Amino acid sequence: MEFPSELRYTQTHEWSKKTGNRVRVGITEYAQHEISDVVYVELPRLNAEAAKGKGIAVVESVKAAFDIYAPVSGKIVEINKELETHPAQVNQDPYGKGWFFEIEMKNPSEWDSLLAAESYKTQCITTH
Amino acid sequence: METALKRLPLHSLHAQRNAHFGAFGEWEVPLYFSSILDEHEAVRTRAGLFDISHMGEFHLSGKSAQAFLDHLLPRRAERLKDGKALYAPLLNDQGGIVDDLIVYQLAPEKFLFIVNAANIEKDFRWIEHHLPKGLQFENASERLFLFALQGPRSVEIAETLFRCDFKSLGYYHFLYGKTAWGEVLISRTGYTGEDGIEIMGEISQAGSLWEALIHAGKPRKLQPIGFGARDTLRLEAGMLLYGHDMDDSTSAVEAGLEWALDLDKKDFIGRERNLREKQEGISRKLAGFEMIERGIPRHEFAIEKAGRLLGEVTSGTFAPTLKKNIGLGYVSAAEAKAGNEFDIVIRDKRVRARVVPLPFYKRPSLRGGR
Repeated sequence: MEFPSELRYTQTHEWSKKTGNRVRVGITEYAQHEISDVVYVELPRLNAEAAKGKGIAVVESVKAAFDIYAPVSGKIVEINKELETHPAQVNQDPYGKGWFFEIEMKNPSEWDSLLAAESYKTQCITTH
Repeated sequence: METALKRLPLHSLHAQRNAHFGAFGEWEVPLYFSSILDEHEAVRTRAGLFDISHMGEFHLSGKSAQAFLDHLLPRRAERLKDGKALYAPLLNDQGGIVDDLIVYQLAPEKFLFIVNAANIEKDFRWIEHHLPKGLQFENASERLFLFALQGPRSVEIAETLFRCDFKSLGYYHFLYGKTAWGEVLISRTGYTGEDGIEIMGEISQAGSLWEALIHAGKPRKLQPIGFGARDTLRLEAGMLLYGHDMDDSTSAVEAGLEWALDLDKKDFIGRERNLREKQEGISRKLAGFEMIERGIPRHEFAIEKAGRLLGEVTSGTFAPTLKKNIGLGYVSAAEAKAGNEFDIVIRDKRVRARVVPLPFYKRPSLRGGR
């Protein structure tokens, strides 16, 4: 199972990729495997406010709905509209085409409190 | 302290196949082996094998068994004959549904019931309570396994294994006899909307037959199927789930099961309310709907119109073959008309849906004229 080292992670299985002050967010391979077939994604609206640790999106499998939590606070500046028609991308390419949205950070220091790959990996193995 | 969930007799076989388990009522069952979507598609286009041994089986025998069935069930018992099965709702005195079941006539004085797992105790007590003297009635559930082999290739696979002609076995007909796996009952029945059979036999043979079926099905790409796909398949095919789409309080007429009633029969348990509702109309009706705005309807979500509560979703899902989101729910008879629109409340948002006739999906060979 892959946990790219250039990404940061949350305990709630979101990954984050920083480019300047923007953070792209998706869910990890572990999460997509646990959820199984993603059939529906509810993305936030553009310009919506994201608060670190608060629910901002929803991902649904055939059987259940799961909240996605914002890893950092800020404004939603981009959303991956392709997920509306191709939700399976979340399963097929969780770190690439399965990305959910991008946040323009309000408090850049929040990036530092996100988990590194090794810390996140240990957590998954313990939970599993 | 929680009681542990019950497990299927073949639980460890399924675990060896890396099944993902989940809870289904009191049972821990395989939710999927590969994935729900993959297994759903497998059954619709090839074949799938389900272990549904949690279900209940009762034996009824005696001279007046058929007469008793005629009183107990809302369908004419004379519809039955040796080798024929009958789907029926089991009604209570108020005309509500105790369970839905299938009764099989093995011989003029010998019948088998197959009932839902969650209702085994309830059904047994209900039937026993009404049993006249001189009839024998037994709960054989723990001694028997039940598999479903479903999909366009399913009958061929069964023929390969049992070396029997099943193509001429009519819908809701069954064979019962000795095989290399002991006494086995094979019926042309199912809960998927595809062609297929259900196989019942003695539990000691379950593992051996399961593996033999998997093996026989390999050339035709037979897959084991979990309960996740079992639910999406039945809902797409417009089939009801007891406990969600019907219960002790819903009448057969409200649930859309009028076709399974012989209301002109003068005497059966639960007749009064169902006859009255058929004649005078019903206050609520089970409607099938599809979402026309984005969102997945789920069990217990509210159904609203202009802020007014109409009812609740009883079953809902993404439909993998139709690629739509569909559901069932009770609303007033007026709101249940095809084409009518209402809203499903999904996470505080009102999402538009439209009533459609059932079933949502009909397999190609049944569509006729095309």
